[in-house]
Amino acid sequence: MITAPVNKIIDCSVVDGPGNTTAIFFQGCNFNCIYCHNPETINICRNCGSCASSCPTGAISTTPGEKEALWNESLCAGCDNCIKVCPHGSSPKIRNISVDEAVLRVAGNIPFIRGVTCSGGECTLQKEFIVPFFERVRALGLRTLLDSNGSLDFSLEPELMAVTDGVMLDVKSADPLIHLSLTGMSNSIVLKNIDFLAEQQKLIELRIVVADEPGFHSRETVDAVSRRLQASPNGRDAHFRIIAFRPFGVRKQFQSISPPSPRLLRELERIARGNGMKYVSIT
Amino acid sequence: MLKLLDTMEQARSEVKRVIQDKTLTHSQTVSALAKTAENLLPYPEGTPKEFSEMFDKGIICDLAEGHAPYAPRYILPDYEKFMRQGSKFLRLEPPSDLYEALNSLLIFYRHVPSVTHFPVFMGRIDRLLEPFIQHSDEARALIRGFLIHCDRTFTSSYCHMNLGPEDTKAGRIILDLEAELQHCVPNMTFRYDPTATPDDLAELAVKSALACANPAFAFDPMYVSDFGGEDYGIASCYNGLPIGGGAFSLSRIRLNRIAEQSDSMDDFFRNRLPRAADALCRFIEAKIRFIVEETPFFRSNFLAAEGFIDISRFAGLFGIVGLCECVNHLMKLQGKPAAFGSSEDANQLGVAVMECLQQEVGRFTSAYSAVWDNHFILHAQVGAENDEGVSPGARIAIGSEMPLYDHLRQAGLFHRFFPSGVGDIFPFDTTASRNHAAILDVFKGAFKVGMRYISTYAADSDLVRVTGYLAKRSDVAAYAGGSPALNDTVAGSVESFDKRGILSRKVRSI
Repeated sequence: MITAPVNKIIDCSVVDGPGNTTAIFFQGCNFNCIYCHNPETINICRNCGSCASSCPTGAISTTPGEKEALWNESLCAGCDNCIKVCPHGSSPKIRNISVDEAVLRVAGNIPFIRGVTCSGGECTLQKEFIVPFFERVRALGLRTLLDSNGSLDFSLEPELMAVTDGVMLDVKSADPLIHLSLTGMSNSIVLKNIDFLAEQQKLIELRIVVADEPGFHSRETVDAVSRRLQASPNGRDAHFRIIAFRPFGVRKQFQSISPPSPRLLRELERIARGNGMKYVSIT
Repeated sequence: MLKLLDTMEQARSEVKRVIQDKTLTHSQTVSALAKTAENLLPYPEGTPKEFSEMFDKGIICDLAEGHAPYAPRYILPDYEKFMRQGSKFLRLEPPSDLYEALNSLLIFYRHVPSVTHFPVFMGRIDRLLEPFIQHSDEARALIRGFLIHCDRTFTSSYCHMNLGPEDTKAGRIILDLEAELQHCVPNMTFRYDPTATPDDLAELAVKSALACANPAFAFDPMYVSDFGGEDYGIASCYNGLPIGGGAFSLSRIRLNRIAEQSDSMDDFFRNRLPRAADALCRFIEAKIRFIVEETPFFRSNFLAAEGFIDISRFAGLFGIVGLCECVNHLMKLQGKPAAFGSSEDANQLGVAVMECLQQEVGRFTSAYSAVWDNHFILHAQVGAENDEGVSPGARIAIGSEMPLYDHLRQAGLFHRFFPSGVGDIFPFDTTASRNHAAILDVFKGAFKVGMRYISTYAADSDLVRVTGYLAKRSDVAAYAGGSPALNDTVAGSVESFDKRGILSRKVRSI
C-alpha cells in the first residue's frame, strides 16, 4: 500500500490555487531555503525525543527502535511547542496516510471545492503517491495542482504530468549562485521547468518571495524570471505572484529580516508588467 | 406584544415618554407616537382566546407588529409596471432617461407603506435601471447620488434591493459602488443562477460582500421553483415574496419555549406544537382579516388602485425561532446529547420538528393568502428583543458552530422548509479577499447541499450582517454611548451585539 507522510491537510484553502481547494502538505523537502515559512516541514522525524519531554499534555511518546515519535492527536493541545524545540526541522505531528484515506478526505469536501493542491514540504518527493491519488481525484471531477519548488524535472515525468492539471512554481532565483546561497541547491532544473511548464500550458502560477535584504536580489530575480517567461510560449499567461517576505514562522536567525517596503513591491510589479506579464499580483 | 393602555392617564404618560425620549430622531418619535395610538385599540376580532396565555408563556410573539395594522407588513410593488406606465396618483409619466428613472423611484419609495413605514422592497434595481444606462461615467455618478439618497432618507436597514441573476451594466456599477459607499441601506441580495450569472459578476458580488456585507446571495432557481415561476423579490431581512404582492402580517412561535413546556416527545409533537401552530395561524388570520376588511388600504391606496399590487398576491407569514434550542431540549428529554448541529440524531429530530410544523401550518386554510393556495408561508425569523438564549430561525447557536462544510450541509437540511426567508451568515477572515472565486465556490457548494440564502462579510468589516440586516459597528457603539442614530435599526442592534453574541460568530479561517 502506498502511503506518504502528511504534515497537514487544509480542507478549505483560498491561497493554494484559483478557487477553493483542499491542500495537502506533505512532509519533507529537498531545499533548505533560508526564509522557509514552515521549516518544520523540511525533514522527517528521527525519533530523538526532544519534543516528547516538552509536550505539556503528554501527547508525544517515543519508543526506542521506532523510526518516528508517536503523536496522540486526541491529547494534543495544539501549542506547537514540539515544533519550536525540534532540532531537526521536523514535527512529530506527521501522519502517514494511504491514497484511499486521502481520496476519502477530499471526496468529503465535494461540492465545496474545485480542486486539490499537493504542497509541502516538496510534494514531488511523493510522486509515487501523487500519481494514483491524482488519478482518483480527477475521476471525482476535481482539478489537480502541484505547488512545487521545481526541483523535479517535469519533462521526464509523463505519468505525473498526465494526471496534473497545473503547477504553481516557486522560483527563488534565476542566478545559479544566488539560488545556491538561498536554498542550498542548484536551480538548473527549476529554470528548465519554467520553460517546459509554460510551453505545456501547465504553469498556473509562478511565485517569488521578495525582500529589501540584499541577499534576496529581488529586483534581479523578478526581472530575469519575467524576461524568461516573456520568451517562453504562453509564459505571459501564467499568474506572476510577488510574495512579500514575512518573518512569521521562519527560523530564529532569519527573523530579523524586514518585510519589503511598499516602494520595492511597486517597483517589482512595474518590472514584471514591463516584461509583459499579464497577471501580476502582490501578496 | 405592546401592553394595552387601559386608561387615558396611561396613554398620556406613554405619549409623553415617547416625546421626551432623547435617543429618538424626529421621524422615530413620529413613528413611535403612531404605534402608541394604534395600540390604544385592542387586538383584532378573532384573536384566539389562548393568545394571551401563550404570549405570556413566551410561546407566541407578535414582533410588536401593532394591535391594529393599517397596511400590509411587507409590500413588494411591481416597479417594472411603474417604469412602464408611470403613476396617475403620483402624477409621474414613465421615465425617459436615467435621471427621471431614479427620481421617479425615489418619489415612489416614499409612498410604499410597511411595518417600518419604509419601503422594505426597492425593486430589482439593475433590471429597472438597465434600459436607461448609456454613458457609464454619468450613470455611475447618478446612481451614486441615488444610493446616498436612499441610505440617508430610508433610514431602516430592512429596505431591500435585488440584483441579478443576469449580467447588467447597472448591476456592476452598483456592486462597484457599494464597497466604496459602505452603506447600511439598502440591504441587498444578489440572486445567483449558475445558468444566468457569469462567474466574474458573482465574484464581484463576493468582493463587495466581503468589503461591506452587501449583497447576500440567494439561490434563484430554488425561489423560482417555489414561487411556481411567478416573479418574486427578496424584501426586508431575506424574505422571499411575490412581486406585486407581499406579506399581510408576520407573527412567530418560539419552538424552544414549546419544547420546554412539554412533558415528553409525545406531548410536544401531538399536543403542544399543533396547538401553538393552530393558535398562531388563527391570530395571523385575525390580523389579515382586520387589514383587508376593516381598513381601506386595499380599496383606496393608489398601489392597489393602479395595479402595482394585488391582494391575491399577498400571503400570511408564519415565523419560527429557536429550532436549535427546541431540538436540544427534546434531546435532553430523551437523555440524549443536546447537540443540534454536530449530532446527526439531533439534526434529524430538527427535520422531524419542521415536517410536523409544516403539516400543522398546512392544515389551516386562510380566507386570504391566495398566492400560496390559501395557506401561510413558513419564515425562519431572525430574532427580536427579549430573545436571549433563542437562536434565529433554524440556525445553530453562535458558539456551537461547526467546521464550514459540515455547517453548510446542516443548514442545507432546513432551507427547503422556508420559501419566505431563511439564511445563514459566515464571516471570513481577511485572507478571503485574496480569492473571491474561492468564496464563490463555497457558496455554489452551499446551494448544491440545499441552502437557499447565504451571506458573508470580512472579519474586519465595520459593516456586519446582524441577523438579516446590516449595521455598522461604529454606529452601534455611538448609539450605545447615548448619541441618536440616523438609522432606525441601530437601536435593535445594541441588544443583538450585547446579548446575542453577533460579534462572536465563528470567523472562518481559510
